Amino acid sequence: MTDRPLKVLIAKPGLDGHDRGAKVLARGLRDEGFEVVYTGLRQTPDMIVTAALQEDVDVVGMSILSGAHMTLVPRVLDQLRERGMRDVLVTVGGIIPDDDVEELRAAGVAGVFGPGTTIREVADFIRAHATPREA
Amino acid sequence: MTDPAGSPAERAAALADTARAGDRRSLARLLTAVENHTPVAEEALRRLYPLAGGAHLVGITGPPGAGKSTLVAAVIAQLRAAGRTVAVVAVDPSSPITGGALLGDRVRMQGYAQDDGVFIRSMASRGHAGGLAATSTSAAAVLDAAGFDIVLLETVGTGQSEVEVAAAADTTVVLEAPEMGDEVQAIKAGLLEVADIVVVNKGDRPGAQRTAAQLRAMLAPAGQAQADRPPAKRPEVLITTAVSGDGVPELVAALDRHRAVGASEATPAARRARAAAQVRAVLVERLWHRLASPALAGETAAALDAVARHDIDPYAAADVLLAALGREETP
Repeated sequence: MTDRPLKVLIAKPGLDGHDRGAKVLARGLRDEGFEVVYTGLRQTPDMIVTAALQEDVDVVGMSILSGAHMTLVPRVLDQLRERGMRDVLVTVGGIIPDDDVEELRAAGVAGVFGPGTTIREVADFIRAHATPREA
Repeated sequence: MTDPAGSPAERAAALADTARAGDRRSLARLLTAVENHTPVAEEALRRLYPLAGGAHLVGITGPPGAGKSTLVAAVIAQLRAAGRTVAVVAVDPSSPITGGALLGDRVRMQGYAQDDGVFIRSMASRGHAGGLAATSTSAAAVLDAAGFDIVLLETVGTGQSEVEVAAAADTTVVLEAPEMGDEVQAIKAGLLEVADIVVVNKGDRPGAQRTAAQLRAMLAPAGQAQADRPPAKRPEVLITTAVSGDGVPELVAALDRHRAVGASEATPAARRARAAAQVRAVLVERLWHRLASPALAGETAAALDAVARHDIDPYAAADVLLAALGREETP
């Protein structure tokens, strides 16, 4: 079926406990018709990639407000590559300085979303860029 | 691994073989195929179904908030401590409006990222009403064939009549929370009747003992049908506190006891009922597919519109469509 919902993992890596944004996004994407796997707070890169693999998601979205994005995101990208999941679309949301945005994009993050981004913008971005997996 | 190329049959064979050899990505891919009814899924199930049957399929159902996911997490911990491998299929509801879903059961099942003996998969119900997704039993069969000792099927939060899980599982656990209803709730037909094990979770709450005592009284044989059930088929009532793990070893022991008895005593009727539930899911899917085919799509749409306008009732529409299917078969 080509009209099946895209599957999105929303994860909160690292130690900050601010999950309001992640939850709002998870619910918003549900309302946009996505199947959203929400994994909760304090996820290690290993936990995120294992969940992405077992759930066979099309998209991994990470919400980071701790400032640790330049440590955590590359580790997730590395592990995704190591485990053969290059085709998974990776997005990051949170407070990310402009210089870091460029670096994250260069490292393989497809989309970086800062404060003020609407749910619809994220949903449209995912629909435009994710490649649904067919086995 | 990279995705295999070739015909659906070749890709199915490659994925099935690597999944059985322990490749988790192949396993995850197969489950996606099963969820999406792809040709690969059909080929893979053809190969894997005869290899399934070794796992203990355990259904866990109960009302929203009773603690299903937390109890599943506690059962995983208990099984891993004993060196047994476990796969979980956790179903959450899809929105009837948008088709989207929020799958949140993993939140309670953390800590196994580096443990290859645990595999957790969330599934959206995708419009299937019955507590599971239409493809949950096929997904369980794939995980079974992949070699897991135990496959846990966690339903959506259920009401009183989502009894489908009983047909999908070897052992059905019905979860209740203390003080969820009075005694009349417990004597209504439905969920409790299909329970092999009844668990009162949140055992640290006041009223847990009383709820368990009421359930035991209600489940004791009253009518002839209950009295005719072999003793082992009368559900045990256990108390657990999933957050602390209290009562979980006893629950796992009860699961094992039920499986040992079930394997020797499962009746042909019970086996047929499970097969029927699995075939029915495919049958419905195939019938809808044929009704949507170019030859019948017009007639199908007309019948559905007539029902929408209240010109005819749903039963009459079903008769019309069945007749159309029959005509198509015998040109």
